[in-house]
Amino acid sequence: MEKVYTRPKSLKKATFHYCPGCGHSIVHRIMCEVIDELNLQERIIGIPPPGCSVFAYHYFDVDMAESAHGRGAAVATGIKRAYPEAIVFTYQGDGDLAAIGTAETIHAANRGERVTAIFINNAVYGMTGGQMAPTTLLEQKTTTTPYGRNIKLEGYPIKISEMLALTKGAVYIERTAVNSPANIRKTKKAIRKAFQTQIDDLGFSLVEILSPCPTNWRMTPIEAWQWIDKVMTKEYPLGVIKDITGKQDAD
Amino acid sequence: MAKVLMTGNAAIGEAAIRAGCQCYFGYPITPQNELTEYMATHLSRRKGCSFIQAESEISAINMVYGASLTGARAMTSSSSPGISLKQEGISYLAACELPAVIVNMSRGGPGLGSISAAQSDYFQATRGGGHGDYRTIVLAPSSVQELADFTHHAFDLADKYLIPVIILGDGMLGQMMEPVEFKHETPDELPIRSRALRGAKDRPSRIIKTFTSKPAELEELNWSLFRRYQLIKKQETTCDTFMVEDARLIVVAFGIAARIAKGAIKTARANGLKVGMLRPITLWPFPTEKVQELAKSIKQYLVFEMNMGQMVEDVQLALSGNGEVSFYGRPGGVIPTPSEVYKVISRLYYQKGLK
Repeated sequence: MEKVYTRPKSLKKATFHYCPGCGHSIVHRIMCEVIDELNLQERIIGIPPPGCSVFAYHYFDVDMAESAHGRGAAVATGIKRAYPEAIVFTYQGDGDLAAIGTAETIHAANRGERVTAIFINNAVYGMTGGQMAPTTLLEQKTTTTPYGRNIKLEGYPIKISEMLALTKGAVYIERTAVNSPANIRKTKKAIRKAFQTQIDDLGFSLVEILSPCPTNWRMTPIEAWQWIDKVMTKEYPLGVIKDITGKQDAD
Repeated sequence: MAKVLMTGNAAIGEAAIRAGCQCYFGYPITPQNELTEYMATHLSRRKGCSFIQAESEISAINMVYGASLTGARAMTSSSSPGISLKQEGISYLAACELPAVIVNMSRGGPGLGSISAAQSDYFQATRGGGHGDYRTIVLAPSSVQELADFTHHAFDLADKYLIPVIILGDGMLGQMMEPVEFKHETPDELPIRSRALRGAKDRPSRIIKTFTSKPAELEELNWSLFRRYQLIKKQETTCDTFMVEDARLIVVAFGIAARIAKGAIKTARANGLKVGMLRPITLWPFPTEKVQELAKSIKQYLVFEMNMGQMVEDVQLALSGNGEVSFYGRPGGVIPTPSEVYKVISRLYYQKGLK
């Protein structure tokens, strides 16, 4: 009988610790599928963040090292510069990449570092218990915006991918979601393209993934999937934000 | 090779390249910019090497962390306020047992302070500096030649003990020019460290991290770090002495302050005062045993620093009451003269009835 679905080689035989309905496990799995398909297991180095996905190294069967909160892009830069043969990725949340690590991220992108950022946007700080993230939506209630995010007090949801697209060093940026089989397939395709961008030595690549956090959103997994479509994608529209991979001036 | 005339900052850069430093990541801050500039000129174009002027001190140290993960010899440098920012990364390097060399050409503090030479980062350097239980080896050079020699040694120590090594200089050492001889040639290739991350090829995948949900695991890491620190204390503690044999008063000073003190001691000797000097070369580990050995016959100690007396407590701890400690210091980037220090020495000498 033909085997049509199996555990990716680069995904360890471990049970995910993530909450029911969390997007991390989906993203981990499709990343491992891409790592296998591009035959990267022996040359890839990953940098998971502090946060729920700090334990990513228990699931990815590839070389990995922890990073301080927000410093993933700098650590990835150091790895890539010292050992350019490696394919390097960071796996970062919204607080990590778009708040405490904004400077690191923008400058790595602007230098066109040959690294790939997998950016999980779930509009909250997950592991610390659901505080406001820079990506938290207006009126969204979190433990630190108990009355809803207020423009006058907390400012606006930050569109870091659109900001990064302005840097010349970023050559491929796409926003996807993992709230439906179709979106999961699109996300996998985007991750594959982001890694290919690095393999082809073109510049910085990033995939922003809208990912459900039912626990901190106080929703059921189904409600969380629906909320991404109905609310989140209005602020963060899905699609390719920047792609100059096919152009001569990609540098 | 023959001696060449160089600034201290440039000498560190040349020594680092000759030690096989592959990666330098830095950020501009006075008074250490000549080092960053030297690396931009001389390291950036070398095969297999990388130089980045980072967007921040925090990024620079985290780039060092990344490079060190792959087994490369990596360094960064800064001055006091910048070193404060690097403490996060230094804690992670220490925790993950990653070698790195960090140069602090310290300046007057606290706060933005001044750009003049000071030694007020002694506590920060010798007590770990960042969060958590850890130590770093701290080397205190007092000449441009020592800056070069200690830089080379720092890379070897870092690799040997898998630990960040701090070179604690100051703005004066960094800026001044002296003849220096480089005793090593740049190696063609360095062996790759066994624990490096270079892709899971022909071996199982590897994780470098400290985070754990089991406190007992982290306790064991702390114990293992401290066992290594004990070994470092035993094997790497170094100091220098000057005219201590018949001395009745010992001046304890490190780095550039020891150069100033030496001039004062020579004047004291010319005036018949039996004064000697103990100069700690490793500030951590501190030369406790040497102090205890001297204390068997010498009871008066004058700690002289360009700060408010941060090394005093290490001398007191070493003496454990078997000697009396006085202090003279100038903080904030004020540079005392040998004659000023001589006056302090002679006054103390008479006050303590040593004449």
